[in-house]
Amino acid sequence: MKFISTILLTVLLSVAACLYFLWWSIALVAFVIAAAIPQKPFKAFAAGFIALFFLWGGLALFISSNNNYLLAHKVSLIILKTDNPAYLILATALIGALVAGFAALSGSLLRKLF
Amino acid sequence: MKIFSFSLAAIFTTALVILLNNQLVLPAALGKLLSPQHGVWQNAEEQDHDFSADLKFDNLKGKVEVYLDDRLVPHVFAEQETDVYFVQGYLHAKFRLWQMELQTHAAAGRASEIIGAKAIAHDREFRRLGMGYAAEISLKEMEADPETKSICDAYTAGVNAYINSLTESKLPIEYKLIGYKPELWSNLKTALFLKYMSYDLAGHDDDFEMTNAKNYFSKEDFDLLYPQKQDSLDPIIPKGTVYAASKVPVKAPAIADSVYFNSTELLALQQQKPDRDNGSNNWAVSGKKTKSGAPILCNDPHLGLNLPSLWYEMQLSTPAYNAYGVSFPGAPSIIIGYNDSCAFGFTNGGRDVKDYYKIKFKDDSRKEYWFNNEWKQTEFRIEKIKVKDSLDYIDTVAYTLFGPVMFDKSFTGKRAPGNSYYALRWKAHDPSNELKIFSQLNRAKNYADYSVAVLNLKTPGQNCAFACKNGDIAIRTQGAWPAKWKGQGDFVMPGTDSSFMWQSMIPMDETPFQYNPERGFISSANQKPADTTYPYYLGRNYPVYRGLIINKKLAAMENITPENMMELQTNNYNVFAEEARPIFLKNINVDALSASEKKYFELLRGWNLSNDVKSKGTTIFIVLWKNFTAAVFDDEFKNAPDVVMRPFESSLLDGILKDSAYKFIDNIETTQRETLPEIATAAFKKSGIELQKIEAEGKLEWAKYKGTKITHLAKLDAFSRTGLPVGGGVHCINAAKETHGPSWRMVVSLTAETEAYGVYPGGQSGNPGSKFYDNFVDQWASSKYYRLWMMTKAEVNSKKVKWKISFNKT
Repeated sequence: MKFISTILLTVLLSVAACLYFLWWSIALVAFVIAAAIPQKPFKAFAAGFIALFFLWGGLALFISSNNNYLLAHKVSLIILKTDNPAYLILATALIGALVAGFAALSGSLLRKLF
Repeated sequence: MKIFSFSLAAIFTTALVILLNNQLVLPAALGKLLSPQHGVWQNAEEQDHDFSADLKFDNLKGKVEVYLDDRLVPHVFAEQETDVYFVQGYLHAKFRLWQMELQTHAAAGRASEIIGAKAIAHDREFRRLGMGYAAEISLKEMEADPETKSICDAYTAGVNAYINSLTESKLPIEYKLIGYKPELWSNLKTALFLKYMSYDLAGHDDDFEMTNAKNYFSKEDFDLLYPQKQDSLDPIIPKGTVYAASKVPVKAPAIADSVYFNSTELLALQQQKPDRDNGSNNWAVSGKKTKSGAPILCNDPHLGLNLPSLWYEMQLSTPAYNAYGVSFPGAPSIIIGYNDSCAFGFTNGGRDVKDYYKIKFKDDSRKEYWFNNEWKQTEFRIEKIKVKDSLDYIDTVAYTLFGPVMFDKSFTGKRAPGNSYYALRWKAHDPSNELKIFSQLNRAKNYADYSVAVLNLKTPGQNCAFACKNGDIAIRTQGAWPAKWKGQGDFVMPGTDSSFMWQSMIPMDETPFQYNPERGFISSANQKPADTTYPYYLGRNYPVYRGLIINKKLAAMENITPENMMELQTNNYNVFAEEARPIFLKNINVDALSASEKKYFELLRGWNLSNDVKSKGTTIFIVLWKNFTAAVFDDEFKNAPDVVMRPFESSLLDGILKDSAYKFIDNIETTQRETLPEIATAAFKKSGIELQKIEAEGKLEWAKYKGTKITHLAKLDAFSRTGLPVGGGVHCINAAKETHGPSWRMVVSLTAETEAYGVYPGGQSGNPGSKFYDNFVDQWASSKYYRLWMMTKAEVNSKKVKWKISFNKT
C-alpha cells in the first residue's frame, strides 16, 4: 500500500512541479518523497522508476495520440534516426523513469544516514 | 559505507540530470527535449486544437477581431488603422517566429550565434555585402516617414507581445532541438528581412565569371558565346514601342576600351550566389478577353521552396481598406494580393544593380585608397560575429566611396586571387523605403493610386502588374536602375577614379510601362523589359522562353475564365524543347543507334513537348541537352579558369538554329572537323548509357527524375516534403525545379464580387507538429487551387469560421 501511494504521490507532485519548474524538478520530487517516506532503497528506486515511467510514457502517449502521432514520427526520425513513434514514447518513459528512480534511491539512502 | 552509497547514488543522479540537460555528450538535451510538459511533445498540436483566445494588450488603440477559417487563414478586422499591423505581427510570430528570426539572423550575418563556427564564412560574406549597413540606412529612411514608422512600430510591438508571452514549453520546436531562445523583434529586423529579399532578388551578378570569360576567349568567340541579343526575346514592353531619347545620356569613359573591355587579367574568385532562376510570371488580361468582361490578374513568384513557407496568407481589414493575399512573416502589409478595387503582383526585374570595382590601397592597412589622383581615407566598420561555443570573430570591413570592400586578403571567398581588393557598388545600399509600396497598394483604388505607390520601389526592382475593377490593366518595370553605358558593369571595373562609376539613375518617368495596351493583356516573365530601341543599356542574359509562350498563349486566348488562367499557370509545355528537339531529330544518325538507344530515340520523337509528371521524353530531352552542351563546349572550356561564365542555354540554341556549322561544334582537341550530326549522335549515345542507369533506378519518369522537394529551412529531412509528383521545370510556365519554383500561385478575377484563387506549397502553421504545417503541399503539387475568401463582417457566423481570437485594449 505504501509502495502504491508513494508512486501516486510522486506522479502528482511531479506533474505539479513541472507546471512551474524545469524538467529536472522530477528528480527533486522523487528525492524528497523517498527521503520522507521510509522504504527499502530498492523499493524507493522502483517507486520512482515506475511513477515516472508511467507518467512520462503516459503523457507522451496521450499527447501523441491526440496529435495522430504526426510529430512523433518526425521527431523519432531526427532523434532516434528511425521512424518509430513507439520507440520515442518508450525513450521518453525511460528517461523520466531513470532520473526519478536514481533520485529516489539517493533520497532513500540519505534517510538511512540518520 | 552508508555515506558512500548515498554519495554514489547522489553523484550518479546529478550526473544523469546534467547529461540529459545539455548537449555536451549527447547530440541533444534529451531530458529537456523529451519532458512531456516542456519539450517537443508540447509542440504536438492536438488534431482538434482550439486556436480561439481572448487577449488583452495595452499597445492597442481599439478592438481587433481575428477569424481563422478552416485553412487557418486569419481574417483580421481592426477598428483602428495601426492595430491591424500589431495583430499581423502577433500572428506572424505566433505561427512563424522561428523562420522570422532565422532569416533575419542569416541576413545580418549572425548565423554563427546559432549554429557555431561552421557559419562564420556565411556571416562574413553577408557582413561584407553590407547587409547590416544597408538595413541601417533603410531603417533611417523608413523611420523618417511617419506613416511607415507607425506601421513598423505597431508590427514590432505585436511580434514582441507574442514573444513576451512565450514560455519555455511553447517555444517553436526548432529552438528546442537546436537549443537557443528567441530575442525581441525590432524595426531593424524588419529592414533586415527586406534586405534579405533584396539579396535574393537583386543580389545576383556574374561580374567575375564574365570577366574571366571575356579575358580568356577572343573577342569574336566571346561575342558568339555571350551574345547581347537573344533571338527568342519577346520583351515585356512589346517590340516596336517608341521611346523618347534618353534624358540622362551616359557615356563610356575614353579609356574603357584599353583598361576595361580589352583587359586580359584573369581573376579567380568564387562566391555564393542567389539562385539565378529567382524569376516569376505575372500577367493581367483585360475584360475584352475574358468571359465575365472583368480583368483577371495572375501571379506566381518563383522562389526557393521551403517549409515553413516564405509566405503567410491573410486578410487585413480596417475602416480605410480591405486587402487579401500573402504576406512575408517579418514585414507588415499584404505583399501580393488584392483589395476591394484592384489586384497586384510582381516578377523580378533582374537587371544588374551590383557591380565590383578593383581598389588600389596604399598599403595593407587599407587606411587609404587611390581615387581621382589622391589618397582617400577609408572608413572601417568593425563586424563582431558572436560564435556559439567559441570566441567572437572580429572582421574589419573597409568602406570606400563605392561601398564595402567585399574581397580582400583576409576574405577571399573560396579561392582568392591573393592581394587584390574589390569594392561592391550595390543599389541595395542606397536609402529607400520599400514598405511604402505595399501599404499604399493595399489601399489603392485605381490606376492613379497604383502609379504613385509603385514609385516607392527601388530595390529589388520588380515588374509590377496591376488590374482594377474599372477595367484598367497595367505593368511597370519599376525600380531604381543605374543608367549604364553599353557593357558597364558586365565585368569587374577599375576603381581608381570616378570614370567608371554609375553616372546617374534612369529617371522614373523613363521607366518602360504599359497601360491598357491594344493587345488586351500585359505580362512579364523576367525577360528583358524592352528591345534595343530603349535608350538605356539593359545588360544581357534574361530568361526568354517563359515569356515567349505566355505571350503566345495569351494573344490567342479569348473568353478567358479563371480556370483557363489556372491551367495556363500550371502549364508544363516546354517551348525551349519545341525549338531544340528538331535539331536532334534531324541530326542524330538513327542507324548508328543500338536497340535500347533507338527506344529512347522513339520516346524523344513521340514526346508531346510537355514536362508532365509521367513523361519519359522530358527526362530523355533534359539528359540529352546536358550531354550535347558538354559535347559542344567542354573542349573550349577545358583550360578556362574555374570561375567562368558558361554560355546561356539560349545562346547555344540560337547559335545552332542560325548556323548548323556553329563554330564550337568542332572539337578543338581533335584534328578532324566534327559536324553537328556527329556531335549530336555522340551526345545521344552518351545519354543512352546515363538513361539506362536512370531507368534501372526507376526514375525515367520526369517527376521522379526531377524529384521536386520542399526543404525545411534548417534542412531537417524529417520536416521536409520530398519526391513530390510535380511536372514542369526550367523554361516552362510551371517553373517547378528541384527546390525552386512557383511559391504562390494566384488568380484574381475582378468581377463585381471578386473571384480569387490561390495556393502555396506549405501551410499556415510553421509548427511541424501541426496538421496545418504542410497541408497545402499536395493541393499545390496536383496543380489545384483554393478559392480565396475575402470575408466580410456580415459573415462572422459562416461555417468557414472555425476559431476567433479577440484582441482588446487593457
